[in-house]
Amino acid sequence: MPLRSLVVSVILAFTAGLVVASFAGFREFLPGLLQGALVTIQITVGGSVLAVIAAFIAAIGKMYGPWPVRWLAVGYIEVFRGTSALVQLFWLFFVLPHFGILLEPLTVAILALGLNVGAYGAEVVRGAIQSVAKGQWEAATALNMGRLTALRRIIIPQAFVRMIPPWGNLFIELLKATALVSLITISDLAFKAQQINQTTFRTVEIFTIVLVFYLAIASLITVAMRALEERAAAGISRGRS
Amino acid sequence: MNEIWDWAYTWEILPILARASLVTIQATILGFILAATLGLVFAILRMSQSPWISLPVAGFVEFIRSTPLLIQIFFIFFVFPEFGIVLSALTAGILALGLHYGTYCSEVYRAGLANIPRGQWEASTALNLSGYHTFKDVIIPQAIPPVVPALGNYLVALFKETPLLSAIAVLELMQTAKILGSETFRYTEPITLVGIFFLVFSLVTAALLRQVEGWLKRRGGG
Amino acid sequence: MRETNGSAGEAMPMVRFDHVTKAYGSLTVLNALNLDVAHGEKVAIIGPSGSGKTTVLRMLMTLERINDGVIYVEGEPLTHMERGGKLVPANQRHLRRLRGKIGMVFQHFNLFPHMNALKNCVEAPVTVLKMPRREAEERATELLEMVGLGDKLGHYPSQLSGGQQQRVAIARALAMRPKIMLFDEVTSALDPELVGEVLNVIRKLGAEHDLTMLMVTHQMGFAKEFADRVCFFYAGKIAEEGPPEEIFANPKNERTQQFLSAVLEAT
Repeated sequence: MPLRSLVVSVILAFTAGLVVASFAGFREFLPGLLQGALVTIQITVGGSVLAVIAAFIAAIGKMYGPWPVRWLAVGYIEVFRGTSALVQLFWLFFVLPHFGILLEPLTVAILALGLNVGAYGAEVVRGAIQSVAKGQWEAATALNMGRLTALRRIIIPQAFVRMIPPWGNLFIELLKATALVSLITISDLAFKAQQINQTTFRTVEIFTIVLVFYLAIASLITVAMRALEERAAAGISRGRS
Repeated sequence: MNEIWDWAYTWEILPILARASLVTIQATILGFILAATLGLVFAILRMSQSPWISLPVAGFVEFIRSTPLLIQIFFIFFVFPEFGIVLSALTAGILALGLHYGTYCSEVYRAGLANIPRGQWEASTALNLSGYHTFKDVIIPQAIPPVVPALGNYLVALFKETPLLSAIAVLELMQTAKILGSETFRYTEPITLVGIFFLVFSLVTAALLRQVEGWLKRRGGG
Repeated sequence: MRETNGSAGEAMPMVRFDHVTKAYGSLTVLNALNLDVAHGEKVAIIGPSGSGKTTVLRMLMTLERINDGVIYVEGEPLTHMERGGKLVPANQRHLRRLRGKIGMVFQHFNLFPHMNALKNCVEAPVTVLKMPRREAEERATELLEMVGLGDKLGHYPSQLSGGQQQRVAIARALAMRPKIMLFDEVTSALDPELVGEVLNVIRKLGAEHDLTMLMVTHQMGFAKEFADRVCFFYAGKIAEEGPPEEIFANPKNERTQQFLSAVLEAT
């Protein structure tokens, strides 16, 4: 939808203009916020990669694995979808050390958010794989392909296009969830916002700028995923013609 | 004291957590009532013929959906007072939850509204029904039942985000667990118990929603 | 553009299309259409699909905007109103006042699926005409009896046959006391054995009520017997019009001849 991105960019430009126009001390804390934004992006990217890997493993494990694998996959998906992302984050942060596992806060953040979104992603992957016509499986079997080969060479490439829009939404959910890591002392965008707020008390400006930052990153994800979708769709239709 | 799971401690904190869960449930219910109402308002406004109404609402919904709930909670709790609107932490949290999930609900309602056949709108016009009565008596009663399961999913999602209110010190489950943990330096039991509470509640609600879905399908089919 | 003259209201037709044009993008559906319908007249509109015949009814019901021209109902412009001697697009109030004179029955019934037959007929009189509920229910019951469904008041649309649903739809439209009734291919979605019961109701309406009727129909036999005038539409214009005996027995336009011979051959 071009309307959607149009609306977003209009609001973006408007808010940015408003902030710059109304706010002189802007330069003072912009570097701090930008540092925070970098951490946020880092966690978003790391978490997204982990989420995709976890989702594929869990989905394929749940669909085609032998029963222990299937139960493990189901357990993972249900536990991470059934509890709150913040609870998971705190659990990894506070409870793991109790068992002698000490991780960097940043690792905990990527692990918790990636696994959380991966559990939702597993259902996306499963749905997309199931939506591929049954005839494709039968054709692959008729060509004497093994199950994994058929999945890798025939089924997943077709399911891929269908996965892209829901994955775009999940990446944005992940971006939004990164704000939670500020609560385990990682100095991401949300953390910096609070920190700078406590010293400057420019509450309105800081939180407005921070919201716009998040919106900008989210828009970036949306645009990138749409481009990817168009390319993937073009690839499929080229293959068909 | 350094065993993996301390049962005595568990029994000690369970009643405290149970009391805190009431705040969590309160925030969930009030937040969702707000979300369901706001969502319908957003959805209807977005259908407005006038771009002066529909576009700003669309932009606002997009904005809220694309930014973190946590920042929105901070915004309402810290920024609103600058404009003279001072809210208690719980109220600010419920407001943020309702607003955030209101934008999600609005997408659900929009899908429900889009599924109403055009003939229903045309028949309403032909019968000269006002816009208000068209919505209230003809469109809404048909649009809502099919989207109840989807709304229910967002009820569960909202519920799972209530721990965020701990960031502004609302004494819900998570905050209570954190305080208990910091007092005794044992986080394992309180946080795990909170996790189990969420898991059980989510699974039970999901099962209930499947029942409702089945019931709606049977009703729609018959 | 034609002047609206209030004092000539007596002479004004019930409905007048004055150079009405309707286009979807580059596709012109109706091209400067002129059509007058007299008070109490029954006009059948026939023609091949895509000739714009349904659009005529939909514009009159204000379901479609018109691109050019003016539609008058009892001498008053429908989608326009006079302001300072000029015609400007009508506001909602004006539209709703004029819409009150018109009722419509649709090809696919468009009954409200969540209301039973009685409620379908009561809803609009109560909310629009502000009729007391009891009175509206009495009238709706009478109307449903008139269409032969006195025993189905509590039935929901999904529990009724197509013919029964369409008869409820007719009762629902009549409950608003329209002066003009529009029938848009009302038997096209029905199984053949159910067509008769709906046509009988329309016949009865024509005989007992003082209604102006416009109907788009593929039932040539019914058009011939029931209508005062038949309009044959072709490519967004009236290619030929006249009393049914003339049109059916002795069509002059080549297109009409082709259309009628094709339709009659098929049945």
